[in-house]
Amino acid sequence: MSYHFEFGWLLQYYPQIVKGIVITIELISIGGVLGILLGTFCAWVRALGPAWLKPVVAAYVELIRNTPFLIQLFFIFFGLPSLGLQLSELTAANLAMIVNLGAYSCEIIRAGIQATPKGQFEAGASLAMTPFETFRHVVLVPSLQRIWPALSSQVVIVMLGSSVVSQIAAEDLTFAANFIQSRTFRAFEAYIVSTALYLALAILLRQLLMVAGGFIFPRRLVR
Amino acid sequence: MIEFTLWDILRNLLLATRWTVLLSLVSFIGGGTVGLGLLFLRISKRKSLRALAKYYIELFQGTPLLMQLFIAFFGLGLFGIDVPAWLAAGLALILWAAAFLAEIWRGCVEAVAKGQWEASSSLGMGRLQQMRYVILPQALRVAVPPTVGFSVQVVKGTALTSIIGFVELSKAGTVVTNATFQPFTVYGLVALIYFALCWPLSKSSQILERKLNVAHRNH
Repeated sequence: MSYHFEFGWLLQYYPQIVKGIVITIELISIGGVLGILLGTFCAWVRALGPAWLKPVVAAYVELIRNTPFLIQLFFIFFGLPSLGLQLSELTAANLAMIVNLGAYSCEIIRAGIQATPKGQFEAGASLAMTPFETFRHVVLVPSLQRIWPALSSQVVIVMLGSSVVSQIAAEDLTFAANFIQSRTFRAFEAYIVSTALYLALAILLRQLLMVAGGFIFPRRLVR
Repeated sequence: MIEFTLWDILRNLLLATRWTVLLSLVSFIGGGTVGLGLLFLRISKRKSLRALAKYYIELFQGTPLLMQLFIAFFGLGLFGIDVPAWLAAGLALILWAAAFLAEIWRGCVEAVAKGQWEASSSLGMGRLQQMRYVILPQALRVAVPPTVGFSVQVVKGTALTSIIGFVELSKAGTVVTNATFQPFTVYGLVALIYFALCWPLSKSSQILERKLNVAHRNH
């Protein structure tokens, strides 16, 4: 083996790496929050929403879950301008992540809603709440609490999947790695370091979501 | 300038689809084989082997598949090994799929009641015999739906191999777009072809889950 590792090369490129990390964190923050909101809305439609909207949401969920994220990204970034909708790299990346997470979290949250005992809905109705009020005040929070671990995993998966946004020249962590690789030809070092950074980000994000879950759902779930 | 009809575009995409299908099959079968080995390590009696499998799984689940592809493709090349794109793609996808399948199957093995281990061990069975005759047949029935479901992730995962230059459906989409300047149509069609590959798998996973669950309830 004649190859010598030289990680020193990477040091002079640390501004790119830091910028890449910041953009990856920005992407998952915006994509995570808006994606879960979209997923919650879709889950409400699929479980309790108006009948005419159900097939639309079902088609959206099936279409997104059965196509690669890369193609969704390309379609949004390269395809939508044909319809006169030109988006910047970061906006397109964010939109793709929201749309992607929205579909996955819809199914996860719906599972939580379906696991809600029927008596909860009846209790809400007996307090003269409308179905939407019952959903908002009675059903939603315990449902989210039930599926929080699965939802957290999905957010981490979407964060890792975001590495492909470098393909539309959004300057995330992978973009930084590619940049360094093309300047130094130190591919192994560049990719090992960025892979390690992704691993650290994934572990941090998982911990953060667990702690956040403790704050959002302070009461223990009564079964 | 040459005009491309819709049929020209679709034909070229479908020709590339066979590489997506082939790579998916190789990755799924290879990943299943390596994953089975990992599963045995993950539930072995030796603590060190269990830890080894656990770290392997966490490493591959905690890092982007794209990075794994890059390391296989660019990284190995630096050691003087000439790595063609298809080899790097296959290798990375197999190692990646193995981690996920091992973890899925571990859940299924753990779903088998603990008494089954004790009962089979009281019959004087060895560890391998227990797995072969008692645990795996029961775990298998739980494992089929999520395994079929994961095959969808494998098909979608192959799209990333276009980035290291393996010409499959996604890469063909990019090439055809560059020739036709019709990204909306081309990527729309690419998405539909992926959907046609993945949706039957998703659907059968759901159906299997319902069927096997019903069978389980009747026990």
